[in-house]
Amino acid sequence: MNAISISFYFGSALVIIFAIMSVTSRRLLRSAIYLLFVLVGIAVFYLVLDYMFLAAVQVVVYMGGILVLIIFSILLTSHIGEKLQTVSPLSIVFAAGGVVIGAAVVISILMEHTFITSTTASNELTMKVIGESLLSVSKFGYVLPFEVISILLLAAMVAAIVIAKREKKSEL
Amino acid sequence: MHILVLSTIIFFTGVYGFLTRKNMLTMLISVELILNAVNINFVAINKYMYPENLEGHFFTLFVIGIAAAEAAVAVAIFINLYRNIRSIDVDDVTEMKY
Repeated sequence: MNAISISFYFGSALVIIFAIMSVTSRRLLRSAIYLLFVLVGIAVFYLVLDYMFLAAVQVVVYMGGILVLIIFSILLTSHIGEKLQTVSPLSIVFAAGGVVIGAAVVISILMEHTFITSTTASNELTMKVIGESLLSVSKFGYVLPFEVISILLLAAMVAAIVIAKREKKSEL
Repeated sequence: MHILVLSTIIFFTGVYGFLTRKNMLTMLISVELILNAVNINFVAINKYMYPENLEGHFFTLFVIGIAAAEAAVAVAIFINLYRNIRSIDVDDVTEMKY
């Protein structure tokens, strides 16, 4: 047990606790803030795995974009401090039972399976490598999904504006 | 490979939240948890088993991009629903036509 593995277990315990609190908290805003801590923890895991660019994207897109959007819409659709209505205990029991059984099955399979970890040293993942393979048309190039994603984001932006736009009649 | 156990637990936490919550925004939060668990899996398997390739890295990037688009459209729908029927609980939303 060296320092890195101890901090890994500590960090993952923290992330799991915050994830559980985020799905069980009765206050909407608190559950969004717990999701923020989960996202920070996952960004730190990416940093530990040496994927700097991915950690930066996680921070910018998830914490800067999606979480702000969620908090914004929470403030628009509910009052601060408003508590959520409780669900019936029966459905909680069924959901928890199914989830525990599923998690137990997957974790037991993970523990039994021996993963062949590669021994080749990973070369440095620089911004140059990422950019060149994102825009390359050769094998292992990602220019097609890159362009498709850009069209998708444009379409989502237009759709969001159209859906959320107030009707002209109601303004009068 | 204990990071896969972590991602499994986060995934099933998200599934639990998706099944038990009634409010649509908390269901969106649960979906984000599920997507993040999948991202951890992609990155960890890419890093430890195939470090010479970058597939997991780029798929995680694309998943994050699609999650952003999905969240934007979902929040627009929620705001429109709230404006029309004053509620975003799944029980009250029986029709989405207006």
